[in-house]
Amino acid sequence: MEGKQTIMRRSALAAIAAIGTVSLVLSGCSKADDNSGNGDGNSKSAGADAATKGVVNASTAKGGTVTYEYSDVPDSFDPGNTYYGYMFNLSRLYARPLMTYKPAPGDKGNELVPDLAAAPGESSDNGKTWTYKLREGLKYEDGTPITSKDVKYAVERSNFARDVLSLGPNYFQQFLEGGDKYKGPYKDKSDKGIASIQTPDDQTIVFKLNRSFQEFDYLVAQPQTAPVPKAKDKGVDYVKSIVSSGSYKFESYEEGKQAVLVRNENWDAKTDPLRKQYPDKIVIKLKVNAETIDQDVRAGKAIDLGGGGVQAATQAEIVSDPDLKANTDNTYGGRLVYMAINTKLAPFDKVECRKAVQYAVDKKSVQTALGGPIRGDIATTVLPPDVPGYKKADLYATPDNKGDAAKAKEQLKACGTEKIKTNISARSDRPQEIAAATAIINSLKAAGIDATLKQFPSGKYFTDAAGVPAFNKKQNIGLHMMQWGADWPSGYGFDQQILHGDAIGESGNTNLSQLDNADVNKMLEQAIATEDAAERNNLYAEIDNKTMEEAALVPLTYFKVLLYRPAGFTNLVSTAAFSGQYDYLNIGTTKK
Amino acid sequence: MISYILRRTVAAVILLLVVTAVTFAIFFLLPRLAGQTADQLAQQYIGKSPTKADIEAVKQNLGLDQPVYVQYWDFIKGIVSGATYDLGPTTAQCNAPCFGYSFKTHVEVWPQLTSRIPVTLSLAAGAAVMWLLGGITAGVISALKPRSLADRTFMGIALAGVSLPMFFTGQLALFLFTFKWPIFGRDYVPFTENPSQWANTLFPAWCSLALLYSAIYARLTRSGMLETMSEDFIRTARAKGLRERNVVAKHGLRAALTPIITVFGMDLGLLLGGAVITEYTFSLHGIGEYAVQSIKDNDLPPILGVTLLAAFFVVLANFLVDLLYAAADPRVRLS
Repeated sequence: MEGKQTIMRRSALAAIAAIGTVSLVLSGCSKADDNSGNGDGNSKSAGADAATKGVVNASTAKGGTVTYEYSDVPDSFDPGNTYYGYMFNLSRLYARPLMTYKPAPGDKGNELVPDLAAAPGESSDNGKTWTYKLREGLKYEDGTPITSKDVKYAVERSNFARDVLSLGPNYFQQFLEGGDKYKGPYKDKSDKGIASIQTPDDQTIVFKLNRSFQEFDYLVAQPQTAPVPKAKDKGVDYVKSIVSSGSYKFESYEEGKQAVLVRNENWDAKTDPLRKQYPDKIVIKLKVNAETIDQDVRAGKAIDLGGGGVQAATQAEIVSDPDLKANTDNTYGGRLVYMAINTKLAPFDKVECRKAVQYAVDKKSVQTALGGPIRGDIATTVLPPDVPGYKKADLYATPDNKGDAAKAKEQLKACGTEKIKTNISARSDRPQEIAAATAIINSLKAAGIDATLKQFPSGKYFTDAAGVPAFNKKQNIGLHMMQWGADWPSGYGFDQQILHGDAIGESGNTNLSQLDNADVNKMLEQAIATEDAAERNNLYAEIDNKTMEEAALVPLTYFKVLLYRPAGFTNLVSTAAFSGQYDYLNIGTTKK
Repeated sequence: MISYILRRTVAAVILLLVVTAVTFAIFFLLPRLAGQTADQLAQQYIGKSPTKADIEAVKQNLGLDQPVYVQYWDFIKGIVSGATYDLGPTTAQCNAPCFGYSFKTHVEVWPQLTSRIPVTLSLAAGAAVMWLLGGITAGVISALKPRSLADRTFMGIALAGVSLPMFFTGQLALFLFTFKWPIFGRDYVPFTENPSQWANTLFPAWCSLALLYSAIYARLTRSGMLETMSEDFIRTARAKGLRERNVVAKHGLRAALTPIITVFGMDLGLLLGGAVITEYTFSLHGIGEYAVQSIKDNDLPPILGVTLLAAFFVVLANFLVDLLYAAADPRVRLS
């Protein structure tokens, strides 16, 4: 998914930047009272990055309230209407998908485990048919049994009623047989639903796909497969009365403000090897001042729900204080910060001109602009190291990653020119992206590439500007700042939307390079149809290499999150499955 | 008096209609001039990879396939007589005043506004009391003893108050009084639930906001009082043997109040439309926060709702100001 960050109006941003400065000053004043960041002051730090390697503060103690705070609002709490990674993570507390990610640290968190299903999907027909058996004894919060028909209905409502539930992904619509024709459960009032999802009995669900898809277990790990009882579905209003299938249920929900979850008494631990139901209550506070969240996290009062990491002011303090740093988890966030090169726009339609850009970019200065090494390692591949399929490579190495103007000029010459005049797009409400674009512009100058910055608001970046090929052609925008994270942790989940020719659209396009390379397309299709995971990963590495040979994008940094680990919370693991966020399934509290 | 109120009410309704029309025009017409199509607009409210059918369905559901004037008419009609909305499996009656459903979250706008009005009202009213009391008192003392230590102190504080932006004083107050010395609470509690906690949680926000505004009011009062206290009627009042307290309060301050009331009406009206920075700083779920979120989401119905509400408060505040003029200054007559 496109790197989703808190987006603010420019006017508000100035104020928030100032707040950051103020809080930097204030936090500096308060250093003596920090108890080395332990919040309650009585627990020892597990050390830097401890939650990326193991479980921090492991405990089976029950009771208390776990509080999450978020500086923004999620798209929706409805599991069928959300696309945010942190909501995929959180929603599992009240909505059990067929499969999910194992609550484990680092890369181990990428492992898929059965959740509502009793076992991973059984595939047949070369990965075109997938069958799941539900566990025995599953119940909703009201005590009624959960059946495979409810899972089918959940998939139908979330993928085939996008005029109403429009915010989630639509992979099932794309990959199910007849998915392009089915009108959805709100328009098609018959009880049959889509024919390519079959429920021969209450425990069994069969998905018939229109192509081989060997990573289907990842798709059913999305919250869209969490069951929804048809009789209780109120469409857009379902969010106000979600029927829980997980270990917690909604006690209250105030749109845009707060949600409170309490234990679901009808959840049965015997049906669920993953959830432990530790805290009595879970409070999710929305629209909390970002600086306040940092203060609360440091005081051990809350967990940052968004998982994007601390604010710049807090980061500056943490970096300079080893005691504070010992309480942090600094890990890859499954995202790549890059610059797409428009392969359809002259002169970048010639690979040599694109290679000139590859050599000219000073990645070191870009890394600094993006917040330094703590916010990302210099990238040289499309896939980040925490996504399966990554293979270390550097096709356009330059001394100290500072760019090589001489090599860039050679490539320009081979391209048949000495100078290029172009534009570079970036999101106006992302100051670091603007700073990175500015650093790129400066380094390109040395090679004879004159790029001018064009800024667009995030909300319109894909629908009206960078994501509209005709607009880019008209405006001569050859370079696009971009950030991307996988919808699921695999090469296909990462690459398909940004490298496959089929992903190019008239607007809303995320393949900003407009790369439509036959080899890349073919290898992507071949990979997803390949059963053996190791073989698939080799293909992803090949795709990476081919993309870099085509010089379709300039990898800038492998994005890293910097989480401050709040004291007083138990069972903290930073998982690669959710962009380095803590796994929210079993977090408890020591405060009763 | 009745005809005056009627005339002002009609004028207010026309103004509000103009405000909605301009907001509609900004939302729809300006992007069109820049080349945006209805498809692109609709696509902002769908997740990734929408099909053409998805876009068409969203356009139809949100009414974006209709001409702008039809959409405008439907919006106005909804406010007056309500509307029916498709929720998916069912339809829902949105009763008047119906501001429609959010394009982004599909949540009804009016309940969102009404649940946030008490927060913004609490913030604005508490701060207004503080800044009026503080600002006017400081201004009067400064005017009565110009160039004294008190005058210089008050005016110094006023200068600092005006100079220090809200996001500084707010963040400072938040840090000192809720983190460093947690004297005050942070989570807003409605007045109806617990008045003392309500005041306790809002106090730092009131102080921060009041510091900014009382500075302006202190300077306004001081200059007004300095001018008024040298008028002939003040000399006459003193010559009549009135006590100085009465001369200042009943004659001097009353005459100097007119411009303060004018500014107060505007300030309060604007604040009721949303104190954006204060609400953000203190994590208050008020109108201002809702406005920012809606603009960020490019979400027309909430934007229209907030704009209308803010305009309504400004109009109402000005109307009350006009009524107060007559009370404060007998020379003013409503005509």
